[in-house]
Amino acid sequence: MMELSGLISYAVFFLTLVGIYAILTLGLNVQWGMTGQFNIGIAGFFAVGAYSAAILTTDRADGWLGGFGLPFPAGLAGAILITIPIAWVIGRITANLRTDYLAIATIGIAEIIRLFFLNESWLSNGVRGIPGISKPFGLGNTGYLFLVVGLVVAVYLLVEVARRSPWGRVLRAIRDNEPATAAAGKNIAHFRLQAFVVGSCIMALAGALYAHFVGFISPEAFRPLYGTFLVWVMLIAGGSGNNLGAILGALVVWLVWSSTEMLAGLMPSGLVASESAFRIFLIGVLLQIILVTRPSGLLPERRPPLPGRDK
Amino acid sequence: MWIEVTQLFLNGLLLGSILALGAVGATMIFGVLRFAHFAHGDLMTMGAYFALLVVVGLNLPVMVALPIAMLMTAALAVGIDQVVYRRIRRVQPVILLISSFATALILRAVVQMIWGSSNQVYATGIQLPWRLGPLTIKPDHVLIFCTATLLVIAVHLFLSRTRMGKAMRAMSDNMNLALITGIPADRVIMWTWAIGGALAAAAGVFLGMDTRLHPVMGWTLLLPVFAATIVGGIGRPYGAIFGGLLIGCAMELSTLIIPGAYKPAVAFAIMILTLIFRPQGIIKGAL
Amino acid sequence: MSLLTAQNVYAGYGEADILQGINLQVGGDEIVVIVGPNGAGKSTAMKAIFGLVPIRQGHIEYVGEDITNQPPERMVARGIAYVPQEANVFPSLSVLENLELGAYSISGDITPRLEKVYEIFPRLRERRQQQAGVMSGGERQMVAMGRALMIEPRLLMLDEPTAGLSPRLIDETFERIREINALGIGVLMVEQNARQALGIANRGYVLAGGANRHEDTGPALLADPDVATMFLGG
Repeated sequence: MMELSGLISYAVFFLTLVGIYAILTLGLNVQWGMTGQFNIGIAGFFAVGAYSAAILTTDRADGWLGGFGLPFPAGLAGAILITIPIAWVIGRITANLRTDYLAIATIGIAEIIRLFFLNESWLSNGVRGIPGISKPFGLGNTGYLFLVVGLVVAVYLLVEVARRSPWGRVLRAIRDNEPATAAAGKNIAHFRLQAFVVGSCIMALAGALYAHFVGFISPEAFRPLYGTFLVWVMLIAGGSGNNLGAILGALVVWLVWSSTEMLAGLMPSGLVASESAFRIFLIGVLLQIILVTRPSGLLPERRPPLPGRDK
Repeated sequence: MWIEVTQLFLNGLLLGSILALGAVGATMIFGVLRFAHFAHGDLMTMGAYFALLVVVGLNLPVMVALPIAMLMTAALAVGIDQVVYRRIRRVQPVILLISSFATALILRAVVQMIWGSSNQVYATGIQLPWRLGPLTIKPDHVLIFCTATLLVIAVHLFLSRTRMGKAMRAMSDNMNLALITGIPADRVIMWTWAIGGALAAAAGVFLGMDTRLHPVMGWTLLLPVFAATIVGGIGRPYGAIFGGLLIGCAMELSTLIIPGAYKPAVAFAIMILTLIFRPQGIIKGAL
Repeated sequence: MSLLTAQNVYAGYGEADILQGINLQVGGDEIVVIVGPNGAGKSTAMKAIFGLVPIRQGHIEYVGEDITNQPPERMVARGIAYVPQEANVFPSLSVLENLELGAYSISGDITPRLEKVYEIFPRLRERRQQQAGVMSGGERQMVAMGRALMIEPRLLMLDEPTAGLSPRLIDETFERIREINALGIGVLMVEQNARQALGIANRGYVLAGGANRHEDTGPALLADPDVATMFLGG
């Protein structure tokens, strides 16, 4: 019986993280899959969301900003409200950059956000991080899983409705043929900025959920590997542009990522000095194989027909 | 005050010459292959550790290990291109970008698996700094700066005097015309990786001499290196040298005003300003 | 024997073929001009011959050998040189470097070739250290043609060599093309200045809608009232 309950609690833990990653991947899908914005600063918005929620909802703060003790929904709303102006400013500056410039710019922004949380102790308690972020409504792990799954479904529906709406069609038109879309009288910078802000807010939401789930956050959690790289692997593996693919990608890649832990455990310890490095190595190789052999992912994008593009 | 500024300026020149070596390679890869190589910082790390391998394994001084590490890293870069990048070059530039991101993590993981995550140095012991009046200069720093200058001159001679160097500049200028002219693109691409890899290795070794070796040493320099390529104008090696020195000095001098932890942010700010106001690079004309 | 023959060529980028079965011939000492309205497929025809646009049907023969869909490198090795209409110099390289790269595939001393190009375009000798990107349109065209001549081609393909030039420079360019042809180099060119081009051409083709519409000697096409009203602007 002990084993079974251990297995169930591991499954709950596992699926909650999958859910949080699924939300991150859906956010990235709005930016990359739908609009073609190459954001590799996901970790930055993830961190802003997590810190916002932590600061707003914790009961007590020893020398850092916080202790407001606001309820959980206020934390989520706060995370999103704080992200909007940040993403808006970043988007205003970067939205018209070419893909590779945008990539460089966003990775820089994510690093600076991390440096900020690392060095501004008055705000974030620096390296030591913020502890004591509780789960809402007295929920246990299982209850929280249902809450996360509910939000995954909500975000999925929201993004899916957006994708099929005229707004989503314009975004895809920008991605596929920018000059033609501009010629059709669409304000490209405007639409891009909107997509960037919406995607970033979804990422911040995931950050807030993550903070409440693990109960403690520090800048370490927002290194590019966990915050950015895995999300990209998930979206590419699942099929960029396809929202269901994004969720599937989160599940499959997190499964693979977790099983590399076991695989690394099987390796003789003398052979591999660092277990986590071995796991990163495996996941990196996996991504390369996907990119070389199946660049459109497990579930390739199914495009709703664009008006005026029929052959 | 002025003593401090001069000292920081000298430090900036040192950091700048390391950045310039990385940026020249990155800008050539950017120019010829049209993508930002996100594993460039980790190629620097690889180069530094290859040199450590030679220093520890063969008990040779680091300056002797340098050319060996450069050759090994050049071979590694060409190898990565042949195994991975070459296969996806024709798909979409963005796939290349993601792939190079994966390469970055793989290289870093390899370094951690083989050499571990703790700090390492080429040589233990303290070097006595030279005193020039109120200024202090480490002999190693002079060595690094001079070798970096020699390497930059060598790159200049290669680009301006050899057929392959001119072909490389031509491909960076106008890929289509290069093909039409009958320049063998695949060979030029191989050479670009080889030289980019070798220069990255040199940058990594110098960084290791100046501070210490660590698996993320190159990654943390990636942003300033990219900033240098953008400030100098993409695909322009001479611009990248200038960009490297500018970014290096700006990063060091910024510590007069803001905490040192934000040095990368200074590089980033200069880069963003360049992208907004002068996307072709700071210097006018085609340097 | 003809130098170049294109037979019933279908080619294009996407699903639809831009070229719908064109036929062309260039003799070893000829100047052949392709004229026609915008979108007729003139430039595409040049690119298809040179292996830059995939040919789906039909084939290209060069001195009796099949060269259909071969990469540009092989075209250059066989002695075919191509000057595209736009972006036809390396802007950050000097004039001399542009010319040197033209002879990239040539091993050995290239000085005699350089001298020949300087003889045709004396201005390039004067400005050999100049960066090509800062030169005038006419000078850039000289650099581009000079670069192509460095392989000592048997066939020179020019895509609108006079586009954007002043009337005086247009005359001069056509004069140079005649000189080059007189050296025994076959010339195939696309031209918008159709009247003048046909004036120096041995033969001409009128393309429309990706297919041959008329073909004849230069003077005959100029005299043809049908061609004149439809394609030469009255």
